[in-house]
Amino acid sequence: MATQTPYEVLGVKKDASADDIRKAYRNLAKQFHPDLNPGKPAAEARFKDISSAYDLLSDPEKRARYDRGEIDESGAERPRYSYRPHAEGAQGWKYQPEGEFDAGDLDDLFAMFGRGGGARGTGRPGEGLQMPGADRHFSLTIDFVTAATGGKQRLALSPEEWLDVTIPPGIEEGQVLRLKGKGGPGFGGGPPGDALIEIHIEPHPWFRREGDDIHMELPVSLAEAVLGARVPVASLTGPVTMTIPKGSDTGTQLRLRGKGIHRKRRGAETTGDQYVTLKVVIGASGDPELAKFLEDWAKKHPTDPRRDMFVSTTGGAAAA
Amino acid sequence: MIAIDELLRRFAGLDGELDRAELSRWVENHWILPESDGERESERWVFHEVDIARVELILHVKREYAVDDESMALVLGLLDQVYSLRRQMRRLCSALESQPPEIRDAIRKALPPAGK
Repeated sequence: MATQTPYEVLGVKKDASADDIRKAYRNLAKQFHPDLNPGKPAAEARFKDISSAYDLLSDPEKRARYDRGEIDESGAERPRYSYRPHAEGAQGWKYQPEGEFDAGDLDDLFAMFGRGGGARGTGRPGEGLQMPGADRHFSLTIDFVTAATGGKQRLALSPEEWLDVTIPPGIEEGQVLRLKGKGGPGFGGGPPGDALIEIHIEPHPWFRREGDDIHMELPVSLAEAVLGARVPVASLTGPVTMTIPKGSDTGTQLRLRGKGIHRKRRGAETTGDQYVTLKVVIGASGDPELAKFLEDWAKKHPTDPRRDMFVSTTGGAAAA
Repeated sequence: MIAIDELLRRFAGLDGELDRAELSRWVENHWILPESDGERESERWVFHEVDIARVELILHVKREYAVDDESMALVLGLLDQVYSLRRQMRRLCSALESQPPEIRDAIRKALPPAGK
């Protein structure tokens, strides 16, 4: 039979008043007192129980300790489980909060020391080592226009895994994009590593970059250069019409405002220009009509485009 | 290491009135994390000393402070954070203790007085 509580021994409720307890004790004590029950060991044992129960419950301090479970029926200290030694002991790790709260992490303390923590991994005894995943390196070749205007480019991380990489406008050759969390998986609950993507840009047949400006050479005919014309020109965003002024020449540089690389840098938007350098292509130098015309024309307009080349070496004598 | 029946028996005498259903709810709430082999059946659970002490703690807090389930989650969450911090502090202290005396002295001198 399980041990009776002192309340059960005295036959009172747990919230019985001190008076009720005293009355109950007196009634029972009279009933089971050894002097009134000679030769009855059961009554004597019962009387002892009653006495010790009353002893406990009549003392408000002892009664309160019993109610809190600090002492047992006999008044002896009940062995208490104290949680702290367990929480801080070898098994305590499993109740360590994870996820949203991490302020207790030593990494934070190390961060306060100014990155004195060394490796990013944190060894936790009893829990194993926690390490972020390894970074994975990739190389991605994109075409000139995508690099200039930005866009999306698909990259194969593995035969099964594809990633659409967002290319920011104006990305440079050799620039590395870091995609957080797209690297190798973390170890022991650590975060995954990053994907590092080195960008290579294919050269363009006509375009060349200088900062955010686009440069190109544009072939024009002799007639277009001399007489002027409106001609189509390729730009990053498609063909545009450009006016060649009358009397242009090879080397004449024209500017298409706002047709360079457009990007947002720290909130401010900047746009480069496109520079078009003309290159006169005669294209019909065997034509007899042109030859006949130039024979007459050249006699009336003697010019020497190389004149300046000899000024410094021969003192200008070559022109004579 | 004890099973659920023994655990319930141990706490039967105390006036926390822990029954199987309540203990199961605590496990579901992740207040208590018995070893379980991924089994949901309570007969397969194994309670270690830390779990037993935690059951006692929860009973005590419920009884003494009349804490309901929602507040209990908060209490345990804060308590776990405190113990986690204490563990981390101990790790740091043991790292400091393993330093040569001159470094320990330097750190002691560099510590600002408490409250500043």
